[in-house]
Amino acid sequence: MDKAIVRVDGIVKVFANKIRALDGISLAVEPGIIYGLLGPNGAGKTTLIRVLATLLPPDAGTARVAGFDVRREPAEVRARIGLAGQYAAVDDFLTGRENVEMVGRLYGLTRGEAQQRASEVLERIRLVEVADRPVKTYSGGMRRRLDLAASLVGRPQLLFLDEPTAGLDPASRIDLWGLIQDLVATGTSVLLTTQYLDEADRLADRIAVIDHGRLISEGTGEELKAQVGGSLVEMSVPEADRARTIEALRGFSIGQPAYDDQRRKVSLPAPDGSKTLMEALRRLADVGIRPDDVALHKPTLDDVFLALTGHAASAGDNREISTNVKPRRHI
Amino acid sequence: MTIMTTAPQQNLMERTLSDITVITWRNLVRVVRLPQLLLFSTIQPVIFMLLFNYVFGGAIVLALPPAAAGSYVNWLVPGLLAQFALFGGGQTAAGLREDLSQGVIDRFRSLPMARSAVLAGRTLSDLIRSTFILVLLLGVGFLIGFRPQTSLAGVLGALAVGLAFGYAWSWVMATVGLLVRTAESIQAAVYLVIFPLAFASGVFVPTETMPAWLQVFTEHQPVTVVTSALRGLILGAGALPAGQTVSGQVALALLWSAAIMAVFAPLAIRLYRRSVS
Repeated sequence: MDKAIVRVDGIVKVFANKIRALDGISLAVEPGIIYGLLGPNGAGKTTLIRVLATLLPPDAGTARVAGFDVRREPAEVRARIGLAGQYAAVDDFLTGRENVEMVGRLYGLTRGEAQQRASEVLERIRLVEVADRPVKTYSGGMRRRLDLAASLVGRPQLLFLDEPTAGLDPASRIDLWGLIQDLVATGTSVLLTTQYLDEADRLADRIAVIDHGRLISEGTGEELKAQVGGSLVEMSVPEADRARTIEALRGFSIGQPAYDDQRRKVSLPAPDGSKTLMEALRRLADVGIRPDDVALHKPTLDDVFLALTGHAASAGDNREISTNVKPRRHI
Repeated sequence: MTIMTTAPQQNLMERTLSDITVITWRNLVRVVRLPQLLLFSTIQPVIFMLLFNYVFGGAIVLALPPAAAGSYVNWLVPGLLAQFALFGGGQTAAGLREDLSQGVIDRFRSLPMARSAVLAGRTLSDLIRSTFILVLLLGVGFLIGFRPQTSLAGVLGALAVGLAFGYAWSWVMATVGLLVRTAESIQAAVYLVIFPLAFASGVFVPTETMPAWLQVFTEHQPVTVVTSALRGLILGAGALPAGQTVSGQVALALLWSAAIMAVFAPLAIRLYRRSVS
C-alpha cells in the first residue's frame, strides 16, 4: 500500500487560453508533515491544489490523495480532505459557529454531532469568544482562522492550505503559523502553497519549488537554502576603501567577499546571519573603514529562483493565471 | 491518534435531503438577516398594486367583466400574484451567481456533499421566501379593498398554483444566473425577459382590449394563463373570457409550469455542472 498521502504523477492541466498551468508535474508527500509548494504567482501551485482537491480534472497524468484516485474516486477523496484558501470561504451573514456547524452537516454529521464538533474546533482555533457573532464583524485574521476551523470539521487526513497568510499582518501570520504547526502535531498532514520563502522555511518540513507548472527542486528548507547560499551581508563603501574592505572581510566566513560592479556593493555570504554581520563590521572598524550603507539581506524567492533556475521569479515571469477560466463563452 | 473519516453510513437519499435542507436553511438565514433582500422583492409589487389601483384603476374598471364586482383591485391582485414570480425570480439569478463566487463554491465542491444541493437549496429557499411575500401581498390587497369572491379554498388553491408557476420560473432564472457573467448583466437579462411577459399579459388589463396582433402573444403566454387560473380561483368563472373554464385554466397553468421545469431544470443543472468544473 502506498504510504504517501499525496502522489502526483505527470499531471498536465491546460486551460482554454492554451496556458499550460501544470506541465507534467510529479511529486509525493509523506503523511504527517507540512509540505510546502513554493513558487511565484502563476507557477501552478493553486492549480495543483485544485486538482488534488477534486475541483479541477487533470488533462493527463494521475493523482492520488489518501490512496484514492482524484478522478475516479472523488467522493472518497473529499471525505478525507479539508480545504482552506486565501479567499476565506465563509458566509458573512452566519455566525462563526453556524458556519462551522453547517460544514459539519455537509460532511454528513447529524445536528448534534455537528454542534459538538464545531465547539471542539472553535476552541482549538481559539475563536470561542467571537463564535456567536456574525462573520461580517470579524477581522481578516479571524476570518482566516474561521476558514481553517471549517476545513477541520471533518477531521481531514490531509489539509490543503492555499496561501493561508496572504495579506495578513505579521502578528496574525505568526498566530496562524502556530495553529498550523499544532495541527500537524496531532497527526494531520498539511499541503500548503506560498510565495514567501520565510513561510515555507518556517513551516514546511519539505519544500517543492514550482514554476511554470513544473517541479524545479525539492528538499528540506536547509537543503534549499544551502543551494541558495543563505543570507548575505551587503554594504556600500567609498571607492577608495573598497580594496581594503574586501581584504578585511576575507577568510572568516564560509564564502569570500565579492564586489558587484553594477550595484556597487560589496557582498559577503552570511550563513550565521547577524553574527556574520557583526563580525564583518568589527573587522572593518578595526581597519578604520565606515561603510556608507549596510544590510543583512535574507534570501527571497527571487534568490531561490536565481540559484535554481538562473532567472528571477518575478518581473516578467509573472503570469496571471485565472484558475476559474471557463471553457465556454458566456454572455 | 487515528484520523477517522466522519462520513457515517447514511444512504444516499438521506444525505442528499439533508444537504438540501442545510443549504436551504443557509439561504433563508441570509434573507432574514439581510432584510433588504426581502424588502426589494416586496416593495415593487406593493407599489404596482397601489399605482395601478389608484392611478389607473378608475379607467380600467370600466373594461372589466362583472365578476370583478366593480372593483379593479379584485381583478388586479390575482394578476400581481401571478406576476410576482417573474420579478421575484431575479433574486434566484443573483443569489445563484453569488453562490458560485470563488471560495464559497470551492468549499462546497471539496466537501462530500450532494451535487444537487446548491441548486435545489437555492430554488427551494426562494420558494419559501415567495410564499411569505405572496401572503404579504394578499394582506396588502385586503387593506386596499381586495375581496375574494369565491372561498378560502379558492384562495389557497390560487396560492398553490402561483407558487408552482413561481417555482418553475425560478429554474429559468437559475439558468440566466448561470449563463450571465456579471451582476449588472443579470439585471439587464432579467428585465429583458421579464418585461414583455409581465406587461404584455392579462395582469393589468383584459387581453381583449389589446390589438389583435398583440393578442396572439398575450392570450397564450404563460403569465396570462396563470393569471386567468388565479382569477378563476379567486373571483369565480365569470372573471374569465368566454369559452374558458376555471379548471381548464388551472390545468393549463400547471401544464405550463411543468413544461417550463422540464426544459429549464435539466438545463440549469447541466450549466451548473459545467460551470463548476
